[in-house]
Amino acid sequence: MSTLLIFAGGLVFGFGLALSRMTQPEVVLSFLQWDDFGLGLVMGAASLVAGLTFHLVRRFKQQAPLGGKSYELREKTFDKNVIIGGVIFGLGWGVSGICPGAAYASLGIGNWPILIAITGMFLGTYLLGWWQFKREQQAPNNKLNQ
Amino acid sequence: MEWFPNGIWAYAGGGVLIGLSVSIIYAGTGIIAGASTFLDSTLSYISGLSRFQDYAASRDWRIVFTFGIVVGAMVYALLFQEGTWTTAISWPRLLVGGILVGIGTRLGKGCTSGHGVCGVASLSKTSILNVIIFVIVAMGMAQLMQAIGAMP
Repeated sequence: MSTLLIFAGGLVFGFGLALSRMTQPEVVLSFLQWDDFGLGLVMGAASLVAGLTFHLVRRFKQQAPLGGKSYELREKTFDKNVIIGGVIFGLGWGVSGICPGAAYASLGIGNWPILIAITGMFLGTYLLGWWQFKREQQAPNNKLNQ
Repeated sequence: MEWFPNGIWAYAGGGVLIGLSVSIIYAGTGIIAGASTFLDSTLSYISGLSRFQDYAASRDWRIVFTFGIVVGAMVYALLFQEGTWTTAISWPRLLVGGILVGIGTRLGKGCTSGHGVCGVASLSKTSILNVIIFVIVAMGMAQLMQAIGAMP
């Protein structure tokens, strides 16, 4: 049941991305290059609707009907990675005009070259995981050397 | 200067739909759905690295969500688009951009949907700061690309 709802949610998400043409990296770049500020409207409208729901749902109920998870907002913890990650993400977004959700949706409108970008995203994610693993391995040694 | 040369309704309408999507998933399941954790969680099928295994519990529904996104855009294209649409952006830009986006979104704990929509909607200070940073950097980068003549 919740799987069905998540699929339906994905459908609406992808349809919205395609309707607002966020599936076209060129349109995203036209926002970043100050030719058309539409992306700001997309993000603003989406945040407003989602924010209203987060607020109302938590006011009237404590647990989700499907699965019984309690309604919470997660405040992601702040550390320097949030800044470094934001800078790296911004560089990539500015170079290509692509971001994860819009890239998946872009496949749906037949934009097959986006597969190159999605492959890149998996490569980048894997690189980060591998790099963190290497650092964790080296950490105990560093302590011994001190 | 015109702010919205292509009108506002497709943008506003699409944004409302994206907000509704996040809303129905949250109201039904209590899950806050972002798009980029899919990258980590899906890698857990093929890699034992702890970073990916940490997301293994959510990997099945994240595939369903992502599949829904692809099909939703396909439905739009079948109804309103003539044929397929393909980008004119060169493959090196797509590849390099993709790699940086992959590293950046996972290091920074979220992307345009996780931080940009869900985080801002939660009034999370971490998310709002992350969004301000990536938007400013991306604007600088995109305008640099334009200045050096990388078109489109």
